Amino acid sequence: MAAIDAGVRLGTGYPGTPSTEILESFESLGGRAQWSPNEKVALEVGIGVAFAGARALVTMKHVGLNVAADPLFTVAYTRLDGALVVVSADDPGMASSQNEQDNRRYALAAGVPMLEPSDSQEAYEFTLRAIEISERWQVPVLLRMTTRVCHSKTVVRRGTVAIPSPRPAHFEHDFGSRVMIPAYARPAHLRLRKKLAEIAAWNEEPGPNELVAGTPSLGVITSGVAFQYVREVAPTASVLKLGMTYPLPVERMRAFAAGVERCIVIEEGDPYLVEAARTAGIAVEGKPGAFRCGELNTARVRRILEGDSSPEPKRVPGKPPALCAGCPHRSVYTALKNLNCIVSGDIGCYSLGALPPFEAMDSLVCMGAAIGVGLGMRHSLPPEEAKRVVSVIGDSTFVHSGITGLVEMVYNPPESGHVVLILDNGTTAMTGMQEHPGTGRTLAHAKTGKVVFEDLARALGIRNVHVIDPTLAPAKFQELIQSCLDVPELSVVIARRDCLLASRAIREYERCNEQQTD
Amino acid sequence: MVIAGLGGQGVLKASDILADAAFSAGLDVKKSELHGMSQRGGSVSSDVRFGERVFSPMTPEGEADFLVVIAPDQIPVNAAALREGGILIEPSQIDESSLPSKKSINVALLGILSRYLPFSVDAWAAALQRNLPEKLHEANLMAFSIGRGNGQACGRAVEQ
Repeated sequence: MAAIDAGVRLGTGYPGTPSTEILESFESLGGRAQWSPNEKVALEVGIGVAFAGARALVTMKHVGLNVAADPLFTVAYTRLDGALVVVSADDPGMASSQNEQDNRRYALAAGVPMLEPSDSQEAYEFTLRAIEISERWQVPVLLRMTTRVCHSKTVVRRGTVAIPSPRPAHFEHDFGSRVMIPAYARPAHLRLRKKLAEIAAWNEEPGPNELVAGTPSLGVITSGVAFQYVREVAPTASVLKLGMTYPLPVERMRAFAAGVERCIVIEEGDPYLVEAARTAGIAVEGKPGAFRCGELNTARVRRILEGDSSPEPKRVPGKPPALCAGCPHRSVYTALKNLNCIVSGDIGCYSLGALPPFEAMDSLVCMGAAIGVGLGMRHSLPPEEAKRVVSVIGDSTFVHSGITGLVEMVYNPPESGHVVLILDNGTTAMTGMQEHPGTGRTLAHAKTGKVVFEDLARALGIRNVHVIDPTLAPAKFQELIQSCLDVPELSVVIARRDCLLASRAIREYERCNEQQTD
Repeated sequence: MVIAGLGGQGVLKASDILADAAFSAGLDVKKSELHGMSQRGGSVSSDVRFGERVFSPMTPEGEADFLVVIAPDQIPVNAAALREGGILIEPSQIDESSLPSKKSINVALLGILSRYLPFSVDAWAAALQRNLPEKLHEANLMAFSIGRGNGQACGRAVEQ
């Protein structure tokens, strides 16, 4: 809604929990949004939008920012004409992620101003503020959210923040500010530091920070959703809630800490604020190390405030997710288990093949890692083991960052050959059925250019390329994998069958798109 | 309150409807949920809190006034959410064969819950209609009334 109200020209991103709904909502409200193959490309497209003088919103989950880190660090040096807001949706507690990295560190490392909303109203307001800050100082801004801000709904009043109207898109040559060769990048870095000093001064006063007056006996410095827990658990405490957590309003924090008897920092994730405060010579308490892992909640905040270090109650484990009945991945894992394969896996629904009853995935690191990790194993294992290694990767993940792995396989083939299995279920299933370049449909499901995996593999010079439906012909599928494993050659097997949950919708999109072309 | 069940049972839809009804009554409302991996048939739960002012979007453990569980096997998983004397609403309180569709059990359980809450039937109906596609309105309104009719004083407190 904020992106609509701000006149964002283009929203880009790659699906990832808990960020996926942002672009889908923007599109459903009439905005122009598109899925990119991965977060790096999404950010690069966003940079282009901002260089053209328009407003861009780029969304991703926390680990997506690792992929987009390369452009992020350098675009910080450049001069934007429009606005560039990068949403990082962090997942403390790992509700559906492979790690719980705290992306506030990226703001500090890249020199990118960062805002942290604590509820839906602030998500709305801070998005508008981020656009304003981005245009005022001509820098990208990081909007850092967390699971409980992303996947909660709280009351929003629209129109509470007024920002200038977007300017018409227009390009002006400005080599020194946008061509980051060393000669131009050196002064650009100095300019960035000067901008950050100005923004820090602005963050001291007025800044998007909030002081809740309370008792002088307890003062809490906090940010993001942790603020809500603090207000609930310690309603009488004095609270300094930081809306912009990079660059920090250090003098404001110092004055606040000096005005209370006990000052404690309550933050989810890494000890980011507490370290910054202490580096500035502000005496504050932090949380014990145990609370660095997992998300916070009111019970944990109460423990931190009371210094309670007794063991935390264990939650009754819920039912773990499983591959759906009728899921096309099921016959794939049955075959891989039968063949006693060493499976280098990847990220998606098919990660569930690691759990019982299949237990047929041996590694999972990050998006696209299946191919590289599988190749590394092939290079190092004794021949009898090496020939059992298979890389398994989903369709959307393959487009995201598997293609370079395939190039690596062609360029540095293991002696025993290798088998890459692309599980093509026609959708980005795990995040909720989003389109990707391999489906040939846009974010809004309209027909567009399509990347055909078998053509791509053949174009790279891989001769053994097979397409098969593993559910329709499970025995044949197993034989095919066996025959690929038996020869010291490079093979790509595309196991193609639409996701059971998505297939009806896919047929409907295809029907609509066909009617439109007729 | 906490609404719980398994992926695909309409936990999130039920919590949307409840939050909408509370919002329409002029209350501050927050709801929280977890997505992602939970979509694949695993445990799903959603917290809904409302009142004059709400801070945390999550219901603290042991403080829920109501626990609505759509899948019976998810009762032990979520029982700790309820406060002492809190009320559990579960599928055994509904004769499933009386429902127009088994899928509307989530809404039927909301019907039971509605007995305890100060929102009018019209407000519930409007919230239902805003959150469901039109073709599902009739069946769900019926499921809601069945729940509301059967639900009186049926809720039980669970042993902690």
